[in-house]
Amino acid sequence: MARVGVFVCFCGANIADFVDVPAVVEEAKKIKEVKYAIDYKYMCSDPGQGMIRDAIVAHRLTSIVVAACSPRMHEKTFRKALSDAGMNPYLLEVANIREHSSWVHQKDKKAATEKSSDLIRMAVAKSIANEQLHEISVPVTKRALVIGGGIAGIQAALDIADARIPVVLVEKSPSIGGKMAQLDETFPTLDCSQCILTPKMVDVASHPYIELLPYSEVLELDGYVGNYKVKIKRKASYVNFDTCTGCGACWQKCPVKVPNEFNMGIDKRKAIYSPFPQAVPNKPVIDAEHCTMLLKGKCGICAKVCEKGSIDYAMQDEIIEREIGAVVVATGYDLWDPKPYEEYGVGRYKDIITSLEFERMVSASGPTGGVPLRPSDGKIPKSVVFIKCVGSRDEAKGIEYCSKICCMYTAKHAILLHHKVHDSHAYIFYMDIRAAGKGYEEFVKRAQVETGATYLRGRVSKIYQKGEKLMVRGEDAQIGQVVEVEADLVVLATAVYPYKDNPELARLLGISYDKYGFLSEAHPKLRPVETAKAGIFLAGCTQAPKDIPETVAQASATAAKVCGLFSGDTILKDPMISKVNTDYCSGCQNCVTVCPYQAIVTEEIPLGHGSKEIRTVAKINEGVCQGCGSCVAICRSMAIDLAGFTDMQIINEIVSI
Amino acid sequence: METEVKEKIVSIEKPHLEAPADWQPVIMGILCNWCSYAGSDLTGTSRLQYPPNIRIIRVPCSSRVDPWFIIKSLQASADGVLISGCHPGDCHYISGNYYARRRFLVTKKLLNFVGFHENRVQFSWVSAAEGPKFAKVVSKVTEDIKKLGPLHLYKKENI
Ligand SMILES: Cc1cc2nc3c(=O)[nH]c(=O)nc-3n(C[C@H](O)[C@H](O)[C@H](O)COP(=O)(O)OP(=O)(O)OC[C@H]3O[C@@H](n4cnc5c(N)ncnc54)[C@H](O)[C@@H]3O)c2cc1C
Ligand code: SF4
Ligand code: SF4
Ligand code: FES
Repeated sequence: MARVGVFVCFCGANIADFVDVPAVVEEAKKIKEVKYAIDYKYMCSDPGQGMIRDAIVAHRLTSIVVAACSPRMHEKTFRKALSDAGMNPYLLEVANIREHSSWVHQKDKKAATEKSSDLIRMAVAKSIANEQLHEISVPVTKRALVIGGGIAGIQAALDIADARIPVVLVEKSPSIGGKMAQLDETFPTLDCSQCILTPKMVDVASHPYIELLPYSEVLELDGYVGNYKVKIKRKASYVNFDTCTGCGACWQKCPVKVPNEFNMGIDKRKAIYSPFPQAVPNKPVIDAEHCTMLLKGKCGICAKVCEKGSIDYAMQDEIIEREIGAVVVATGYDLWDPKPYEEYGVGRYKDIITSLEFERMVSASGPTGGVPLRPSDGKIPKSVVFIKCVGSRDEAKGIEYCSKICCMYTAKHAILLHHKVHDSHAYIFYMDIRAAGKGYEEFVKRAQVETGATYLRGRVSKIYQKGEKLMVRGEDAQIGQVVEVEADLVVLATAVYPYKDNPELARLLGISYDKYGFLSEAHPKLRPVETAKAGIFLAGCTQAPKDIPETVAQASATAAKVCGLFSGDTILKDPMISKVNTDYCSGCQNCVTVCPYQAIVTEEIPLGHGSKEIRTVAKINEGVCQGCGSCVAICRSMAIDLAGFTDMQIINEIVSI
Repeated sequence: METEVKEKIVSIEKPHLEAPADWQPVIMGILCNWCSYAGSDLTGTSRLQYPPNIRIIRVPCSSRVDPWFIIKSLQASADGVLISGCHPGDCHYISGNYYARRRFLVTKKLLNFVGFHENRVQFSWVSAAEGPKFAKVVSKVTEDIKKLGPLHLYKKENI
C-alpha cells in the first residue's frame, strides 16, 4: 500500500499570498494514499529538506510529492533530499503550484487554491506509479574525433591531446590550417597570421597523441556518447606519405596547370600539388580530376622524377575505422557567392574581387607578391572601394544575419592597402560599423586616422564600367545624397556562409542545423558548444560567424567538455529511457522507424520457452536512448514504456481529477 | 450541405443541455518539457495572468503523447485538451514534434468523426521564450471550451 508524503511550500509570500496553503494541506490529507502532509516557509531550504528526510523515515513513506516551484527549478534538490534519506530519488514528484498557479492566478485565490489541490492530486497519483530508477553507467572510449583542421579544429585537438587524450583529426583538404592560413595580417593586432598559425600546425603533426588524417572525410558515425564508431574515408593521394620527403621535384615538373584554390584562383597550381609552402603535412597529393596520367594514362612524369619512388598511380581510397568517445565538429565556413548582386556586375567586371582574394593579394607570400593588382590589366590600383555587408543583413538576397567579422577585416584591409600602396585611397561603403571586442573600436579608429579612408554610410546601388575605371554609385546617408566614386578595384566583403556539405555532415552525425546550414548548439546561451546529441560539440565558424579569438575560445571550451566527459571510466546517464516488454512486442518495428537517435535495434528470441523457432523483437540501446517517448506512443502492442513517464503514471495523473 | 452534416455530427455534445451557472471547464494541458513547459514556467515568472482552468501534465516531448491520453482525458473529467510542443524544427529530440503533429491530426479527425467539436482538442507550438504566447493560447482555448459547454455525456459519475 502506497504511503505518500506531501510537502507544500509557501515560497515565502510567492505562493502563500495567492494560495491558501493550509487549506491545500488539509485537502491533500483527504487523499487515501497520503499518510503525511505538511507545509513550510521554504521547502528548498536546509530545514525544509530536513523535514522531508525526517518524515520519510518516521512515516515509512513510499513516495514524495513536493508542491512548490517548477520541477525545472528544484527537482534535483529534492531528489537529493530523498537520496540522503535512503530513498530512491526517482520516487519524487513535484507539483508546480508556483509558476502554474500562484503566479498566474493572482486575482483569484479560490481558483488558485483549488487548482493547486488538483495539481497535488495529480502528482500524488503519478507518484504512486513511480518506480525505483537507477542511473545507467556506460563505459567510455577515451579518444576524441575532431572534424575540420582550421584554427578551431587545431586548437581543440591540441588542447585535448595536451591532456593526454588521443585525438583523431580529420581534414578534408590536403593540409590543415583552414582560412587562417590564407590570411595576411590579423586584426586587431596586425600580427602575421602564418607566424602565429604555423607553429600550431607543426605541433599537431608532431604531437604523440594526435593522429592526423588529411585529405579525409567522415562517412559514418554509429553509437552513442562515450561509445561511437566512426568510418573515415582517406582519399587516395597517389603519393606514399611514408617515403615522400616533400622535396617538390614532382610539382615543379608536372605539366598540368589548374586554378589554385588556396590563392582564390589568382594563379595556377599543378595537378600534383601541396596547397601552400607551410602545408601540414608537407606532402603533395595528386588531384585526380586533372592528372592526365590518372585520366588518360598519359604522362607519368612525377613518377619518373621522384627519387624516392613515392608516386603510386594505383592507390585506392582507404576506409579507416576508429572507436571514439566524443566528437568536436569544426568544419568552418565558406564565403557566400555574391552572384545575386547583378547590379554590381559581379562576374562581368574583372576588377570586382572578394575580400579573401584581396587578402591573398596583400599577403607577402601571395600570388602577386604582396601588392594588390587589378585582375584586368595587372596595374596597381590607387582608388579602392570596399563594400561591406555583401549578402549579409540583406534579406532580399537571402541572408538576414550579420557576418560579424567583415567590419573588422575591412578596416584591416584599409590599413594593409595603405601599407602596400602608399598613394592609394580607400572608400568604404558600410551600413554600420560593428566593432565590439577588446581593442576593436580602437582598431577601426586607427584605420580611419592612419589611412584617411573615406567611410560612406549607405548601400551601393550600381557599379558600371567607364573606360578603365569602375563607377560605384551609392547613397551617402549622412548627407542624404547619391555619390559616385571612381574605382580602380572593388572589394566585396561577402557573407560568411557554411559549407555546402555541412547539412549532410550534420545528418550523418545526427545533429541539427539551421536554415543556412550552420550547426545548432544545444542552447544559445547556456550550452553554446554542445549539440543536442550527447558527446558531440561545436567549435568555430561551423556554428556561426566569428573571428579568430572567439573561435579559439570556443575550441578550448569544447576541449574542456571532452576532458570532462572523459574524466571517469564511465559516464552516468539519466535512467528515464524506454524499455521493451518482449512478451508483447509483435516485431512490427514501427518504433525503429520513429526513433530520432536510431536507438532501437532488433533481436531474435525463441518463439516460446525452449522453442527452437525464433521471432524478432525490438531492443533499446540504453546508451543511445534519450528518452523522448516517440517509440512508446507509436507502439500498437503497448510493448514499450518510458521510465519516469510510463503510461500508468500519465493515466493516473489524467484520471485523478 | 457540408456544414449541415457537420452540425449533425457535433450533436454528440448535446449543445441543448444548459450548463449550470457556476460551471467551469476543466482543461488538460499536456506540454513537452523543453519548450512548452519551460514557456509556461516563463508565463509564471513574468506574472502573466490566464484563466485557472488548465491542469498541466509534463511529458518529455510532444511525441510522447499517445492519443489514448487525449481520449482518456475527455472521458475522465476534461472538457478540453491542449497539447503543446516545440516549434517545428526546434524539438529537443530532433524530430519528435513532427510525429506528434501527424498523430494529432489523425486523432483530431477521429474525434471529429465520432462527434466531438474540433475545438475540444487543440495543438499549439510554444517555445521556451514565449511566456506571453502561452498565456494567450490558454485564454483562447479556455474561451473556446466555455463556448462549447460541458461534456455532459462523459461526466465522471457516468463512467
Ligand atoms: C577576408 C577575411 C579576413 C579575415 N581576417 C581576420 C582577422 O584579421 N582576424 C580574425 O580574428 N579573423 C579574421 N577572419 C576570420 C577567420 O578566418 C575565422 O575566424 C577562422 O578562420 C575560423 O576558423 P575555423 O576553424 O572555424 O574555420 P576554417 O578556417 O574555415 O577551417 C575549417 C576547416 O575544416 C575543413 N573542413 C570543412 N568541411 C569539412 C568536412 N566535412 N570534413 C573535414 N574537414 C572539413 C576545411 O577544409 C578547413 O580546413 C577573416 C576572414 C576573412 C574571410
Ligand atoms: S513498435 Fe512495439 S511492437 Fe513494434 S517492434 Fe517496437 S516494441 Fe515491438
Ligand atoms: S524513447 Fe525516444 S530515443 Fe529512446 S528509444 Fe524511444 S524513440 Fe528512441
Ligand atoms: S521536445 Fe518539445 S516537442 Fe519534442
